[in-house]
Amino acid sequence: MLYRHFKGTFVAAVAGTTLMATPAYAEQITFISQGGAYQEAQTRAILDPVAKKLGITINQDSSPDAWPVIKTQGATGKPVWDVVDTPTKDCIRGGEQGLIEKLDFNKIPNAAKMPEEYKTPYSAAYEFYSSVLAYNKSKFGDNPPQSWADFWDVKKFPGTRALRNHPLATLEAALLADGVAPDKIYPIDVDRAFKKLEEIKPYITVWWTSGGQSAQLLSDGEVDMEMAWNGRVSAVQKEGGDVGFTFNQGFLQNTSLCILKNAPNLETAIEFVNEALAPEIQANLPLEIDYGPGNPEAFKTGKIPAERATELPSAPDNAAKQVLISTQWWSSPEGEAVQKRWAEFIQKP
Amino acid sequence: MFLLLTPALAVIVALLVVPLLWLAWQSVYHNGFTLENYRRILTEDIYWHSFLQTFRIAFIVTAATALLGYPVAYVAASLPRRWSIIVLAMVVLPFWTSVLVRAYAWLILLQRTGIINSTLKSLGLIDVPLILVNNEFGTVIATVHILLPFMVLPLYATMQKIPAELTMAGASLGGTPSHVFFRVFLPLSLPGIIAGAVLVFVLTLGFYITPELLGGGRTFMVSMLVSRNVELYNEWGAASSISVVLLACVFAIFWAASRLIPVERLMGMR
Repeated sequence: MLYRHFKGTFVAAVAGTTLMATPAYAEQITFISQGGAYQEAQTRAILDPVAKKLGITINQDSSPDAWPVIKTQGATGKPVWDVVDTPTKDCIRGGEQGLIEKLDFNKIPNAAKMPEEYKTPYSAAYEFYSSVLAYNKSKFGDNPPQSWADFWDVKKFPGTRALRNHPLATLEAALLADGVAPDKIYPIDVDRAFKKLEEIKPYITVWWTSGGQSAQLLSDGEVDMEMAWNGRVSAVQKEGGDVGFTFNQGFLQNTSLCILKNAPNLETAIEFVNEALAPEIQANLPLEIDYGPGNPEAFKTGKIPAERATELPSAPDNAAKQVLISTQWWSSPEGEAVQKRWAEFIQKP
Repeated sequence: MFLLLTPALAVIVALLVVPLLWLAWQSVYHNGFTLENYRRILTEDIYWHSFLQTFRIAFIVTAATALLGYPVAYVAASLPRRWSIIVLAMVVLPFWTSVLVRAYAWLILLQRTGIINSTLKSLGLIDVPLILVNNEFGTVIATVHILLPFMVLPLYATMQKIPAELTMAGASLGGTPSHVFFRVFLPLSLPGIIAGAVLVFVLTLGFYITPELLGGGRTFMVSMLVSRNVELYNEWGAASSISVVLLACVFAIFWAASRLIPVERLMGMR
């Protein structure tokens, strides 16, 4: 983490000096995403086509954790980034702290048909992934665990278990296991969730921290069931792992696009956001990587084969089985307090 | 002569002392002087638990490396020089493999479907796989493996300098081999034990990758608190206050050890 912070600040500093040296173009933007295979996929699917269509230059950069850089750029009052693809939480708290522009959705007609819960005053959903219940097929045969109540039922479903070492989605799973209706999860009854988690705690073999670790646990047979990100589970499947997962009671999560306050190329940035959310463009993403489009209209373009759509977390049929994570709640003071309580919960024997 | 030291000193001051002081300053200064970061460390259970667990692991690792390392160093010191070099080379060899690779190697060996469990199972010694990793136990094993050379090398250096005449004299005066070892050799090798123990103990206090990969999420050492606090509070002070406390602990340990044996000996200079 320390390294990331240094790196982020360094990149920002370098970017700052180079941009100041060249005269400001109206027809370019600086776009930040999270790097790796994901950024390469969206370059082919979204960034290149949009740059071509609008006739602009998109300067890319990546930052696995954009938040500290958003904060430092905001502190100078002269940000060098324009558009950021980041967890929605960063857009909301950034907006509340005056670091992120409020979006004028009149200028973003492509977002008009997106569900209201996919948008905030500061952001619009860009792509979707899901935290799902994954399991070892050979262990459970025809009767795999299908809900969080099953995951908590150690008698009916004996076996080793893993959960993510993070409260987000884990608290929600505990509430579903405790019988809370999916539409009654928020605001989270934190005490109830932790009480339910205490029940399963002795049976958790690993609290995983990275996506790669969760995949390794599943493919090595170290755990028989776990919560994991859908893309990681399908990667294990593609490598021949005998594993399965269900979208039932999965947790739909997304990253969003938002624009930095006083962005150097504000007008172009808004044009870019609108174009990046166009159904035709959004439909390209799932053809490159296991993530769903942020704009569900993409499913109506006919570009995404029906077979492919069933694999995507945000396909309407799959989305209906899942709970949409409320970033609004997680960026509230209650949500922040939970992250503190989490470490204490994990640590206590 | 001091001129020769200047480049090295400049590097240490610019890259270590200055950032360290800057971080220490941040821990007490955030929009004004504040002791909030230290109040948190004293009052919240989580810090106490982490420090306790970290020191417990450091004690276990130190004891284990001493027990495992002493016989190795003893053999290396009593063998002819040609052979002792081979023994020491074998001790140091794993040193050249990255800590990350070794952590994953232990994962493969120790996990439920790993080599150790499947061997024990095929021998009929166990029915249910033993839980050897993703807990404190796995963390300790891997840490011992990584730090063993830090125990063996100072021990060897000390033992090598113990004159053979002394143990011979002890034997000629009628001491049994075990008597000679416990009354003559062991006390003389004590400075090596202390030097090795201090090194291993202090290095364990700062371990991060090993508990992160092999601790199963429930082994929460102090270094992990530092990174957690950066994420949680988004300010340097919350994290650096922890490292300041840890650094103070390390200084205290060095001070205590230097009362027992001279510092230059502790650092392996003599």
